[in-house]
Amino acid sequence: MSEATDTSLPAQSPPVERAETAKVDAPAKLSWWRGDGGEGAKRNLGLLAVLVVLVVIGILTRPDLYGDPNWVWGNTLTILKLASVVGVVTVGMTFVIIGGGIDLSVGAIVALAGVWCTTVATQSYGAGGMIFTALTVGLAVGVVNGLLVSYGRLVPFIATLAMLVAARGLAAEISDKQTQVSGNTFINGIASTNVLGIPLLVYILVAVVAAGWVLLNRTTFGRRTVAVGGNPEAARLAGINVRRHTVLLYALSGLCCGIAAVMLTAQATSAQAAMANLYELDAIAAAIIGGTLLSGGRGTIIGSLLGVIIFSTITNLFAINNLSAEAQNMVKGGIIVAAVLVQQVQFGSLTQFLARNRATTT
Amino acid sequence: MRTPRHDLSRRRLLFGGAAVSAGVLLAGCTSNEQNPTEAQTKAAGSGANTEPGKKVSIGFSAPAADHGWIAAITNNAKAQAGAYQDVELKSVEAGADAAAQRAALSTLISQKPDVIVLLPHDGKELNAFGLEAMKAGIPVVNLDRAFPDARAYRCQIKGDNYGMGVAAATYIAEQLKAKGVSNPVIGEIPGIESLELTQERSKGFADTLASYGFKVANRRPAEFTVDSGQQAATGLFQALPKIDAVWNHDDDQGIGVLAAVNQANRKEFIMVGGAGSKKAMEDIAADNTVLKATVTYSPSMASSAISLARLIGQGKGMSDLVELQVPKEIVLASETITKENASDYLKLGF
Repeated sequence: MSEATDTSLPAQSPPVERAETAKVDAPAKLSWWRGDGGEGAKRNLGLLAVLVVLVVIGILTRPDLYGDPNWVWGNTLTILKLASVVGVVTVGMTFVIIGGGIDLSVGAIVALAGVWCTTVATQSYGAGGMIFTALTVGLAVGVVNGLLVSYGRLVPFIATLAMLVAARGLAAEISDKQTQVSGNTFINGIASTNVLGIPLLVYILVAVVAAGWVLLNRTTFGRRTVAVGGNPEAARLAGINVRRHTVLLYALSGLCCGIAAVMLTAQATSAQAAMANLYELDAIAAAIIGGTLLSGGRGTIIGSLLGVIIFSTITNLFAINNLSAEAQNMVKGGIIVAAVLVQQVQFGSLTQFLARNRATTT
Repeated sequence: MRTPRHDLSRRRLLFGGAAVSAGVLLAGCTSNEQNPTEAQTKAAGSGANTEPGKKVSIGFSAPAADHGWIAAITNNAKAQAGAYQDVELKSVEAGADAAAQRAALSTLISQKPDVIVLLPHDGKELNAFGLEAMKAGIPVVNLDRAFPDARAYRCQIKGDNYGMGVAAATYIAEQLKAKGVSNPVIGEIPGIESLELTQERSKGFADTLASYGFKVANRRPAEFTVDSGQQAATGLFQALPKIDAVWNHDDDQGIGVLAAVNQANRKEFIMVGGAGSKKAMEDIAADNTVLKATVTYSPSMASSAISLARLIGQGKGMSDLVELQVPKEIVLASETITKENASDYLKLGF
C-alpha cells in the first residue's frame, strides 16, 4: 500500500486550511449543522442573511405579488423545485471537491442518463426500467471518471473534461439527435405530484441533502473524504485507501447525476443531448459560495444547498421583475466573487487577508 | 484500517464488471433509429428540371446536430440528394464552432465539388470562406444564416425570422381581439438570446403587437432545449399570475414549456409555437393543450437548397420562373399552422 503518492490530487493547499483539516480529522464535537471546524455554521448564517436580503428585495420590488400569501407559498415551492435538480447534482459535486477533485462532466452525465432512460427501448420497460437505467448510467460514468482519475492518474480537470465531451457525444448518438419525449406517466408525474402540498421533487432534494449530510458528517466515509481532500499523502499514511476512496467519490457524483436526470426528465417530460447545459458550473459555483474550498478538505452540504437556493432565488427575482438574462448572469458572477471575498475577510482571518493583499501590492 | 490488496482488487473487479455489463446490457436493448424524412424532400420525376442531367457533385456542411431542427436539416439534405440520380453529396462535419467549420470546408474546396451548400455556424464568421470558394469558381448556396457580403454567395435560402414574429403576433392579436380582450398580458419565451435570429424574431413580434396597441409583459429566454424551456416557463408563470397569450419561439423547447404548463396547472392562455415540429402539429390538431398554433421555420429548406444547388450546377433555372438561372435569394414565408390546416403541414414536421 505504500506505492505512489497520488499526483492527481492537489496537495499544495495553503497551511491554514491544512490546520483546519487536522481539526476535522480529530474527533471534533460537531453541532448539527457544522460540517467542519466550526466556521461552517457562521458561514451558513451569512448565506441565510443573503437569502433574506434577496427576499426583501423581492418584497420591495413586487409588493403586489408578495401581498398574496398563496402566491408567496407557491413561489417558495417553485424556487425550491427549480433548485432541486441542480441541488442534487451539487451534493455529489461537494463530495468530489471536498475530496480534492472536480467533476466537470456532471451536466453531460445528466444529459446522457436522461437521454438513455427515455430511448424507445428503455421506455418499453416502464418507469422502473427507466429509473434503473438513469441511475446505472450515472453511476457507471462516475466510476469511469473515478478510475481515470485515481488509477489512470489523470488530473481530475482533464479526465472529467474529456468525459464532458464524450458523454454529450454519446448522448447525441443514443438520442439520434432528437428530443426524446417521455410517454411514461409515472416518470412525468414525479414533477407534478405534490405530497401534503409540497412537490415530490422537493422531498427528493431534501432526502439527497440529508443523506449527503449524514454521509459527510456522521460516517467514516465522510471523515475520510475530508482527510483525502485536505492532504492525500497524510490520508494515505493514516491508512486510508486514497485511490479507492477517490473512485467512490466520483461514483457518488455520477449517481447524483443519475437521480437528477430522472428529475429533469420528469420536469421537461423529455430528454435531449443538449439538456442540463452548464450545470457543472452552476454546481461548482453553488458549492464554492457555500464555503467549499476548491482545493479540497473543507465544505458543508448545507452551505452548498444554500448556494443553490440563492441562485434559484436570484433567477426568480429577475423573472418577477422582467429583467434580462444577461443582467442576471452578471449579478450571479458578482455574487460568486463577493461571497468568496466576504468569507475570506469575515471567516478566514482578516489579518491574513490583508497581509496577502499587501504582499501582492508591494 | 488497512485493506488487503487482493480483497480490494476483487471488489473493484466486481464493481467495475457490474457497471460495464450493465452498460452493455443497456446498449444492447437501446435503439432509436429514426426513419429518414420522406415528404420533406421533393421526389424526382415531375417536370423537365427533375430529369437526370449533367452529373453534379455537391459539398455539404452543417453544424453537428444536438437539436431536432439541425438534425432535420442534415437528414433532409441527404435524403434530397439521394432522390436525384445525378447528384453526388460530399458531406463534411462542421465541428463545434466556426473555426472548426472553416477547417472542414477547406478540405472540401480541395475536393473541387461543383457547388457547395452550407449552413454556417454564423454567417458573419464564415463570410470570408464564401468569398474564397466563389473566387475559386465554386458557387456557394448559403442555407439559413446569411452572409453579409453579396459576393460571398451565389444563392441564399433562408427562413424568415422577422416574419415568424409577425405571424405569431398577428395570430395572437387577432385571437385576443376576437375574444374582446383590451389590455392583454402577453408573455414571450425566446430561444438563445445572443443569436441574431432570436433578436429578429422578437423584433417582429414586438413591432406587430405594437401595431395592435399591445406589448410584451414579460420575456424569459430559454436555450432551445426542453429543460431550459421548462424552467423559463416556470419563471414566467411566477411573474405573471394571469396570462392571455404566450409566444414560445421553438417547438423543441416547447415540449418543456408545455410540461411547465401542466405542472403549474395554467390553462387560462393561448400559446403559439415556432418552427413546426411534428409533435407541435399533433398537439395543435388534437387541440387538448394551450398550444393553438405554430409559425413555421421549416428545415425542408435544406432539401430546397440541394435542389437549387443541383440546378446551379447544371446551369438551369427554376422552371416556373421566366429567368434562365436560379435567383440570388429566396426567403421562405413563415406560415401559421392552426387546427384547421395542421393535417396539411404534418408531413413537413420534423
